[in-house]
Amino acid sequence: MTAAGVLLHGRGIVPGRVVGEALVSRETISGWGGIDPATGTIIERRHELFGVCFTGKVLVFPGAKGSSGWSGFFQSTRLLGTAPLAMVFTRLTTKAALGAIVTRVPAITDFDDDPVARITTGDLVEVDADHGLVRVLRR
Amino acid sequence: MVGLTDEEKRMRDGAEGDAVAAAMDLLIRYADALGAERLCETRNVAGTTTQPSPAKEKLVAEGGWAKAFSVISLDCDDDLEIPPMRVPTCQLQHGFGEDARGIMPYPGHKIDLQAEAESFASSRGVNVLATCTPYQVGNLPTYGEHVAWMESSAVVYANSVLGARTNCEGGASTGAASLTGRIPCWGNHHRENRYGTHLIETTLAPDGFQDWGMLGYFAGDVVQEERPVVIGELGSPDLADLKHFGAAAASSGGVEMYHLPGRTPDAPTLEAAFGGRAIPEPIRYGEAERRAVYESLNSIGDSEDVDFVLLGCPHASLEQVGRVARALEGRTLSSGCELWLMTPRALRTVADRNGWTETIRRAGGRVLTDSCPAMSRVAPEGTRVFATDSAKQAHYLPAILGIEAWFGTLEDCVDAAVTGRWRGSLGKAAR
Repeated sequence: MTAAGVLLHGRGIVPGRVVGEALVSRETISGWGGIDPATGTIIERRHELFGVCFTGKVLVFPGAKGSSGWSGFFQSTRLLGTAPLAMVFTRLTTKAALGAIVTRVPAITDFDDDPVARITTGDLVEVDADHGLVRVLRR
Repeated sequence: MVGLTDEEKRMRDGAEGDAVAAAMDLLIRYADALGAERLCETRNVAGTTTQPSPAKEKLVAEGGWAKAFSVISLDCDDDLEIPPMRVPTCQLQHGFGEDARGIMPYPGHKIDLQAEAESFASSRGVNVLATCTPYQVGNLPTYGEHVAWMESSAVVYANSVLGARTNCEGGASTGAASLTGRIPCWGNHHRENRYGTHLIETTLAPDGFQDWGMLGYFAGDVVQEERPVVIGELGSPDLADLKHFGAAAASSGGVEMYHLPGRTPDAPTLEAAFGGRAIPEPIRYGEAERRAVYESLNSIGDSEDVDFVLLGCPHASLEQVGRVARALEGRTLSSGCELWLMTPRALRTVADRNGWTETIRRAGGRVLTDSCPAMSRVAPEGTRVFATDSAKQAHYLPAILGIEAWFGTLEDCVDAAVTGRWRGSLGKAAR
């Protein structure tokens, strides 16, 4: 299968439908101490996306790690206007679930295939959280 | 869809007021996202509502503390009247304590905001324990009790050492739990999700909390969000050892639960730790692994001139405060170096009585309470290089403050504060 046309099935946990550019992290993400909500940037120095901004991107990642401040920090990105466009993640935890809810962006988890492996940074993707679908439109 | 009791439906439908209804609405959305079948009753909530984050400061300016609580702690945009907490709720650490006043560059207006937040929380019945370690100052859930706690190091301690049951909650879920006495019954609330997933065998005998911190950092890195079971010559770890082990494991990974067979309550035996399931092949933690963790924690930066020493993360136990006082007895800090020891205010009161605070003060150090430099995002002005005995702070603070870090023993750190130079090294492990 060519990259465009990849279709992943999951479970929408925050409804909504958006189209945007993917930002893929192979590593889990820390909220508190891992991101700067004022700029929407990953600040954990050892992280593969250190210095990269996720604002307006479809954030594709394996899950949340670190402090319970995770949800509050992503909530702050919403309040400060730096939130990602959508969240697509594989490992469902309280941090990631609550974080997605209070960030209020379309969010999907529990996939039949690994979005981190199947989606590449820069892909144009459609996130349809009402139906639990992620589709790669263009690579 | 999560199933609700009649009482929960009444709360959702507004019988207890708009704030309780908003809290139930958030809990329902959250429970459905998790796939929880029901909510658990809880009467022990540890959350945070007073930290003046930039987003919160903006909301307070717009509509006061009730507005900030509505938006941040209940995920509701309406300006709600916030009733008293329905169940016992404590406040965790915040960024600034009253004792931070005058210490540059702690901004005075933030301390004022903090004090206002504290008044608001107290007026709604929140116990302002102001520590990341509520279990050190009287909030001790009973074995098997369902609680709703946030603060990763407190969560892992509550689950693993106390045998209480909590997931790693957040600001909004603890806010909602405090007004409803409910939290999604999911994850760690169910016994079958609390068994070990990985076996780690240490061939070294951890000697003190630095070693326990490194072992925890290794374990978290290996298991990420899962549940390590550690065996080997573990001796009799004390509160500080387990506090550091869990905090480090929750920093390098997302560990919320671990077992030390024969020492932690859910694991009387190795077999019990795995719930009778197959025991996996052990992952070895020996001299090479210990050294690799040490080098990883000491890999940021290279200047040996230390400006700042930070001790007590998670908040220092009384024994740790006493150890710092003994290490500083009759010594004076280097003029270019500050030393801060973070501890709960309740323990500081005892440390005052013991004369330890005065010993530390006389040497030029500060005992600070309620707060955490990682929460306040503040270190002494001009800090470029700091030293800490906490694997957690060595992990987080370089990212948060953009400074270099050294990690070592409490005594290495005190020596650095006295000489202004880092001379710590990894001693040979026991056995």
